Amino acid sequence: MKEKTKLFWLVALYLGAYFIPWSDPTVRQAGFESFMMLQDYAREHVLTCLVPAFFIAGAIAVFVSQAAVLKYFGANAKKVLAYSVASVSGTVLAVCSCTVLPLFAGIYTRGAGIGPATAFLYSGPAINVLAIVMTARILGWQLGLARVVGAIIFAVVVGLTMAFVFRKDDANRAAGNLYLPDEEAKSRTLLQDALYLLMMVLILVSASFAKPGLADASVWKILFSIKWYVTGILLLVLAWMLKSWFKKDELTSWVDATWGFAKQIFPLLAIGVIVAGFLLGRPGHPALIPEKYIVALVGGNSLWANLFASVAGALMYFATLTEVPILQGLLGSGMGQGPALSLLLAGPALSLPNMIVINGILGVKKTAVFVLVIVVLSTIAGMIYGALV
Amino acid sequence: MNMEIKVLGPGCPKCKQAESIVMDALAEAGVAADVEKVTDVMKIAGYGVFGTPAVIIDGEVKSVGKIPTKADVMKWVKK
Repeated sequence: MKEKTKLFWLVALYLGAYFIPWSDPTVRQAGFESFMMLQDYAREHVLTCLVPAFFIAGAIAVFVSQAAVLKYFGANAKKVLAYSVASVSGTVLAVCSCTVLPLFAGIYTRGAGIGPATAFLYSGPAINVLAIVMTARILGWQLGLARVVGAIIFAVVVGLTMAFVFRKDDANRAAGNLYLPDEEAKSRTLLQDALYLLMMVLILVSASFAKPGLADASVWKILFSIKWYVTGILLLVLAWMLKSWFKKDELTSWVDATWGFAKQIFPLLAIGVIVAGFLLGRPGHPALIPEKYIVALVGGNSLWANLFASVAGALMYFATLTEVPILQGLLGSGMGQGPALSLLLAGPALSLPNMIVINGILGVKKTAVFVLVIVVLSTIAGMIYGALV
Repeated sequence: MNMEIKVLGPGCPKCKQAESIVMDALAEAGVAADVEKVTDVMKIAGYGVFGTPAVIIDGEVKSVGKIPTKADVMKWVKK
């Protein structure tokens, strides 16, 4: 952080402490809500959902070979493959900001070109494992699924549109050697790796298995009553896999990567939850912003509401995962399901700061088209989803 | 002439780690070298590396997409 930025935050904090009328009942209610929401996350989501998800993300970062994926982005790669891999590769590659932008610039200038590059740039932040798990868990599986499907389809459409609009423009492309990350020698088979990842996903699913309602089928109730036994057995199986399949240093780098994610994401998420709680409150509890404004802006499923949600999402910066508590607050205050999806599809992939960076790589015209396509698509997807649910 | 070492990375924690490992290795090996940090994304792409941190020594790409170990760097700079 630059010294000026530090000063800015310090002054902002001071002014907040000085001027915010903390004794006002609405502000007190809002402050109460922000800590209730934080506790809600701490009790309901951290141990059963976030922690296992961090371990999965760590495993993907360490054990899934990046080189295997990246070779589909080379200059001579088949277009169909490049697009399909780009649209789903976010799950594997985009968990760290170290990779996204250099890789994007690389694919654009040296590799498969602007289409697959923008497809990758879009899909990356939208479909990483942590984001999917959190969305499905907290905002409901329908929205989680819609987010995944929407993001994959969008990535391809955005990429193809960019490639079509700028089909004549290859001036920035440069020939030259490509250097991919080295493929590492492996002691495990692909099947073993897959089983290991699957085991962690099963642990996540079983540990975060929600209590079924009274009307649900009895299968779910039985499953729920034994979920901790199932989780325990699965954990034992995982422990056995770790002991017999992995070398010591592999385990260390796995734990390191997991800890890296936790360090990076937990503080931001906690701040996101507190802010969302302060402004919007838990579902059903009012906080600082009166619900009628939320309903007026993004309630229902009108074109206006969807458009507003996707434009706001495109401009706002969401630190990893913070879109989830913010949307939870918004949905609880009367946001429609359609606009929620619009925001989820436009939000994490775009923000003002990242538009500036993309602008430095692509130039104004291409950036404008990229943003426009995403905003329009998000609005349409929101309208469709809102009409379905 | 001094050896030219470039550490490529947009400024994420891993890239800083890579840089400090390169510095440590140089000090330990007693080799003099000009170390340059390349943070501009377009310049990084210009080297054709897919993934950062990356280390380039005298124009030769030595490692891509991971933090090199100190032992590796010592091997590269000695020769």
